[in-house]
Amino acid sequence: MANKLLSFAGGIHPPHSKSLTEKKEVEICKVPEAVKIPLQQHIGAPCEALVKPGDYVRLGQKIGQPKGFVSAPVHSSVSGKVKSIEETVLPNGSKSLAVVITNDGQDTLDNSLTPGSLENLSAQELKNIVLEAGIVGMGGAAFPTHVKLSPPADKKIDVVILNGAECEPYLTSDHRLMLEKPDEIIYGLQVIMKILGVDRGYIGIEDNKTDAIETLIKAAKKADNVQVVKLRTKYPQGAEKQLIYAITGRQVPSGGLPMDVGAVVNNVGTAAAIARAVMYGEPLYKRIVTVSGSAVREPKNLMIRIGTSFRDVIEYCGGWTEEPAKVISGGPMMGIAQHTLDVPVTKGTSGILLFTEKEAALPEPSNCIRCARCVSVCPINLMPLHISAQSLKGNFDEAENLHALDCVECGSCSFICPASRPLLQSIRVAKKEIIAERKRKAQAKK
Amino acid sequence: MSLFTVSSSPHIRTQETTSRIMLDVVIALVPAGIMSIWLYGVRSLWIILIGIVSAVITEFALQKFMKKPVTISDFSAVVTGMLLAYNLPPSAPWWLPAIGSAIAIALVKQLYGGLGHNFMNPALAARAVLLACWPVRMTAWVQPGADAVSTATPLALIKAGGAYSGATVGGASSVVNQLPSLWDVFIGNMGGTIGEVSSAALLLGAAYLLIRGVINWRIPVSYIAVVFVLTLLLRGAGLYEAFYEIFLGGLILGAFFMATDYSSSPVTPLGQIIMGIGCGIITVVIRVYGGYPEGVSYSILLMNVATPLIEKFTAPKVFGEVRNNA
Repeated sequence: MANKLLSFAGGIHPPHSKSLTEKKEVEICKVPEAVKIPLQQHIGAPCEALVKPGDYVRLGQKIGQPKGFVSAPVHSSVSGKVKSIEETVLPNGSKSLAVVITNDGQDTLDNSLTPGSLENLSAQELKNIVLEAGIVGMGGAAFPTHVKLSPPADKKIDVVILNGAECEPYLTSDHRLMLEKPDEIIYGLQVIMKILGVDRGYIGIEDNKTDAIETLIKAAKKADNVQVVKLRTKYPQGAEKQLIYAITGRQVPSGGLPMDVGAVVNNVGTAAAIARAVMYGEPLYKRIVTVSGSAVREPKNLMIRIGTSFRDVIEYCGGWTEEPAKVISGGPMMGIAQHTLDVPVTKGTSGILLFTEKEAALPEPSNCIRCARCVSVCPINLMPLHISAQSLKGNFDEAENLHALDCVECGSCSFICPASRPLLQSIRVAKKEIIAERKRKAQAKK
Repeated sequence: MSLFTVSSSPHIRTQETTSRIMLDVVIALVPAGIMSIWLYGVRSLWIILIGIVSAVITEFALQKFMKKPVTISDFSAVVTGMLLAYNLPPSAPWWLPAIGSAIAIALVKQLYGGLGHNFMNPALAARAVLLACWPVRMTAWVQPGADAVSTATPLALIKAGGAYSGATVGGASSVVNQLPSLWDVFIGNMGGTIGEVSSAALLLGAAYLLIRGVINWRIPVSYIAVVFVLTLLLRGAGLYEAFYEIFLGGLILGAFFMATDYSSSPVTPLGQIIMGIGCGIITVVIRVYGGYPEGVSYSILLMNVATPLIEKFTAPKVFGEVRNNA
């Protein structure tokens, strides 16, 4: 098992920068005096608050009720009194209402979710636990997991893939999880497989994490329908479509979803969260976050309660050695730059990176020299230079013809460009404009 | 506390820069320049230096005049100046590289928007202008050595002889006798332009560019392979002659250093192969049937013009475009 290196065409080899934290065990971060838990931490509809200021809540108590199918409940990450419900900025730059809870330090447990087991629960019961535990994709996108586990009847799913590639530089949270909780990952994968009625499960891991590969192979010995596969270390190996292609050889159709090729992909962190929800009745109220970057004093992998502010997390890591010029939520390739430290850690926060002034300096773009590096690294086979040029000229129709909407925003083109051109940045603008134009046309038709 | 920088991802970038790439091309061209100085004497050095200085000054002056940022530090003008000089005969008067480089930079590069926007290889287009204006000066070949004995290039000899074996004009056997040996041809011990003669030195530089990832194999390999096959078929010559002709004229210089010019060659992988094949066909057709003994320059210029079209029709298939899965 796991001899051949699987991969995809294109991609880049950015510096890993993982040595700052890859050997550091996950440490439990100090639980703050107060947490601010956003009612929207996922893709889809925001939740409605189930509590009001003055209410007492327990650890793990549901405090936000989803208002739609594509949504996920949120739970309290401490026990204590609800102080207020106020607007907060989210790590993705948008705003949401959030429940602010003063921590009483008791961690008095709520036990509305009962521990169960894979064997005794039906697929439907297991799926209900995933929904009730507020599980969302923990790789960063935060798409509600129960939705992924409810494919339409005409989509036959025959393979479940766990994403342990962790191809983003700096991030080591999945790596540490794989080393420290391999059994939870395997268990979670089996829950997903049972829910979907699938008997083929894969865990894809990049070959720069040989220790994680060995650990999981050992843990998977008892589960003969689970296979650990070694992936070539290359960015974006963990992109959903590239991962499916590497492992199954199937190409998700342009504009389609993994289920169109019979695959469901989840992050290893998501699988572990599912396992904990089933085994211990524990909803998703904490997660592992890598705090790294050259400006942070003590880079760490931390188990952090949802709603802890970036400020508190950074303080726990000893602050900074030099005032950071850029703070990123997520990895350096796809993460989002923050304008304030007063944002809460959410279910989708995989990393917090602090960059020095030198690292944050924005390069001055020069003329495109048509070197074709962006064309050769694009994992989707686009021609970023042309889409970007059309976007910068405002020719969004042309950008659409050049398949701008197929762009997965991995950023490989911008990374590799020797002229420091804003390739992905301008393609993003084109995508927004194209989608807005489509909406306008649809409106006009009505 | 000061404000954080907020920008769209990605937040890290490669260390590779345009100027580093251009510097790599300069480095790769140096061995051929040294060979030329060794073969033709210090004259070559002066011509190369005048070509470079003229290119840089022209770029600087024009950018100042047009109130654009001055970009002479990116080494691209140095590359153009060097390549232009490499396309001149060692007997060229000092003003030939000066005018040539000025034409390359002003007319072909800056008028169209500067680096990356020229639709033809600047050095080759300028060479074509010089050839039209001063045809005798541009073809005054000399034997390697200090005394500058005039000579003909091997390709001109072959052209005059009609073919290797044919006894059409003036006795072909004498042509074959005049041709330098394969070793001399490979090293560059023959008549030709300053930079093209030494295939050995050029291949050394080409290897450097390939290893550094500045160029890829597609254009040069498909170009040279087509020249080899077509020479075999159209010249009516043997394998040896077809192999021999790869090292004649400007093929190695053209295939590795000129046809691969980023601005004027396709960015698509398939397009690059078509570019190479097209250059190969036109080169051999000119060499065998045309009025000129050599066709590398014109073949590249013609394919340069076809580049936007090639690129349009060779766009790579987008991932997931075909729904033939599962």
